[in-house]
Amino acid sequence: MADIINFTIDGKECVAEKGTLILQAAQENDIYIPTLCNYEGVKPQGSCRICTIKTNGQFVTACTTPVADGMEIENNTEEINDLRKSIIELLFVEGNHFCPACEMSGDCELQALAYRFQMMVPRFTFQFPKREIDARNPKILMDSNRCIRCKRCIRAIKDEKERSIFAFHGRGRNIEVHIDPDLGSKLTDELAERSVTICPVGAILPREKGFRTPIGQRKFDHEPIGSEYKY
Amino acid sequence: MSKPVIATATLAGCFGCHMSILDIDEKILDLIELVEFNKSPIDDIKNFTKKCDIGLIEGGCCNSENVHVLKDFRKNCNTLISLGECAIMGGLPACRNPIPIKECLEEAYLNGPSVKGHNESGIIPNDDEIPMMLDKVYPCHEIVKIDYFLPGCPPSAELIWNALTALITGNEMELPYEVIKFD
Repeated sequence: MADIINFTIDGKECVAEKGTLILQAAQENDIYIPTLCNYEGVKPQGSCRICTIKTNGQFVTACTTPVADGMEIENNTEEINDLRKSIIELLFVEGNHFCPACEMSGDCELQALAYRFQMMVPRFTFQFPKREIDARNPKILMDSNRCIRCKRCIRAIKDEKERSIFAFHGRGRNIEVHIDPDLGSKLTDELAERSVTICPVGAILPREKGFRTPIGQRKFDHEPIGSEYKY
Repeated sequence: MSKPVIATATLAGCFGCHMSILDIDEKILDLIELVEFNKSPIDDIKNFTKKCDIGLIEGGCCNSENVHVLKDFRKNCNTLISLGECAIMGGLPACRNPIPIKECLEEAYLNGPSVKGHNESGIIPNDDEIPMMLDKVYPCHEIVKIDYFLPGCPPSAELIWNALTALITGNEMELPYEVIKFD
């Protein structure tokens, strides 16, 4: 039988199997920790830092840190939530996120997090970087303006030989996600749809299918992101 | 006690946020009971005639005239509110921001498909009477101090109503999940 360990999140007694990552352990105990770069079934990388929690006086990412016996975790506190909000704000000013004109508005995880954390205005100066739109692929449209470089598509979308169809191009603040022209041209309908779904924002869009869901029926129209968890 | 005075302006916006103010429907009759309007396109008062309590700003700043109006509002309003996405982050007019202003003007007056061949002298309007375009569209809070922000495109009538009544009555504002939307 697996080792069961005890720990607390914001004072609430929790149990989990030894070796479980904090994020998963929290979810099993019906506690919400916000995520962005993390996606179920894809190896976590801890790059977006939205899932940051505090334990033993240190900030760590819940998606990559295993829970330990007796661990005391701070999650839903003013300090951590403000840190998370500041990350969301940074992402908003760093790209070109024109929500009113975006097809993914209402289904976008970045926007949903901004709603949940009640971002009325980012505290940072808007950058308005120059970014490109790539419409060469016959099935999907890539809009770098909205990309938050979470690498979900790079990590999850592979062909039958396990080759990544998407890849980073460039370095530093100019880094962009590109689609491999060869592999991309052979993209199946199924993989195209999956890459649209896996993108948390509107950086990968299906072609010829704009605004598929009417306002009022979109994912985050009525309930905040994370509403499926009790705490 | 005299009624609180409200002023409104539309800068680089589409007037949609003002339409949303009117969208409070019959509650506008309550609003008229509660407040007095000063400089605003709604009553067509062109200049401030007194100090105002609340200023609502729609749209960001895309030219020198917008900056002038915004500064005038800051001077004459105790509380200034950015109303809608354009005032908060530039909105659709700010889609031009990543493109240098020279390229924008050349596309609009010289090279664009609807003007190509129709502007033989190659003039880009630059009269002193015309407000000078800024290098990019600025959110209002990057020009003057803004006290509150009401997001949305447009902000829902409910959000505007909740904010105004909270400000006027001094009560805390109600912010149900569904009233804050960026679209």
